[in-house]
Amino acid sequence: MKEELLVTARSNELIDPGLHIWTWEVAMYLFLGGLTAGIMIFAAYVTLARKDDEAPFAATQLALLAPIALSLGMTTLFLDLEHKLFVFRFYTAFEPTSPMSWGAWILLLIYPVTTLQILATLRRGFPVVVPYVDRWSIPRAVIDWCENHRRQIALVAVPSGIALGIYTGILLSAFSARPFWNSGVLGPLFLISGLSTAAALVALVSREKREKEMFTRLDLVLISAELALVGLFLISLATGTAKHIEALQSITGGPYTMVFWVLFVGIGLLVPLLLEMLEMRGVGKSLALLAPVLVLIGGYALRQVMIDVGQDSTWTRYPSQYSAEMLERMEPN
Amino acid sequence: MTRYAMVIDTKTCIGCGDCVVACKTENKVPDGLNRDWIVELTRGTYPRLETEFRSERCNHCSNPTCVTLCPTGASHLWNQTNIVLVDADKCTGCKACIAACPYDARLVMHPDGYVDKCTFCHHRVEQGLDPACVSSCPTRCMHFGSLDDPGSSVSELLQTRKYKVLNPETGNEPNVYYLT
Repeated sequence: MKEELLVTARSNELIDPGLHIWTWEVAMYLFLGGLTAGIMIFAAYVTLARKDDEAPFAATQLALLAPIALSLGMTTLFLDLEHKLFVFRFYTAFEPTSPMSWGAWILLLIYPVTTLQILATLRRGFPVVVPYVDRWSIPRAVIDWCENHRRQIALVAVPSGIALGIYTGILLSAFSARPFWNSGVLGPLFLISGLSTAAALVALVSREKREKEMFTRLDLVLISAELALVGLFLISLATGTAKHIEALQSITGGPYTMVFWVLFVGIGLLVPLLLEMLEMRGVGKSLALLAPVLVLIGGYALRQVMIDVGQDSTWTRYPSQYSAEMLERMEPN
Repeated sequence: MTRYAMVIDTKTCIGCGDCVVACKTENKVPDGLNRDWIVELTRGTYPRLETEFRSERCNHCSNPTCVTLCPTGASHLWNQTNIVLVDADKCTGCKACIAACPYDARLVMHPDGYVDKCTFCHHRVEQGLDPACVSSCPTRCMHFGSLDDPGSSVSELLQTRKYKVLNPETGNEPNVYYLT
């Protein structure tokens, strides 16, 4: 027998009995950050590939959703901070060894880049604003400049989007103290998932049939790639050290098995993959809206399950000798 | 860089918890929060049992992942030593350092919200005193000093006794040693 117990009561909030510092706020931010990355990259892709006619929504209106999604994500991220008044401290330092510091500065870069993307197609995407912006010379000149440099802006948007999408994964993978996260696959996995959710969003919102088909096709490839990365991630855990294998057990029989396999892999990846394949063959058109919705749910589920299982995986776990249950038993009736 | 270490003799520690109380008193740690704690390890089968008490806290690692991953520089090394401190005025409460600590030795200060931890009582070390937990230990099983000084009690104990550190596989190079 080997038993390790805490014999002085330690009940540090958010840390005991198991780490639970990050909850839905961070998962939602990681999801919306990935979605924003995908939106930027696809808006840039249709520009660079000259697919304006085929994909009018992605070409002229999609970019507007980027700062909206990101702002919502940054709001939930702000909600997670414990020392909120000091949030400005992210911008009084750059710590090159901290992915979170890189992220803070990348977020700052995303706003001007997406603004330029929006302005470059503002007149075509939102003709209703034309009379207002063209009334003054400065906005008119700025928008003219953006329209003339649309391709160059797209060329900047692609790496910016990749940086945003991949950093959210690297952020988690850098925690060697949490074996479940400590895999280099997480960066690409989060990036591909972000692209997949953005493709699903276009397929969901666009009214153009050809565009829906194009993004459904893209999403098929992305979901397949994501499944492959999930497989690699599981292999790296299964072939890792005792700590990695222990972490893997959380989703192979442990408490997070159902949410990982049924919610994320099943409902979030396999079912939409199947629905989209059927759709491509002209079957199940009435379910056309369901697949992208499931992909979006799956994208969120990935972040939530990662956040939960990662925090549960640890180097140190002591059961406390002083459980609340025992204290209750001591109280006189 | 001065490397401070704590050496704790598990052969003489009786798990009384005085170190825990001393820390709470010295550092005015609020109710419900703890910067140090005691673990009791029991091994064997009755009646052949073996017990080990360990007074645990931040390991003030030589490779502190909490400092590396802090996005604002709030987690830092004090005065070119291995003593890891948090500057509350730079801390956003993002909790990256808590996730980064393999020993779960950090906590969120309430009600303020900045991250807090064992400081090796650097305010006492500065005056040449031992940390409060070490000073208050009734069995004198705790020792504190610089590993750079070969004559210090911690250096001598580590040269003459068998010891271990917690989870050396993390690569964090912890500086709290347990004599076994």
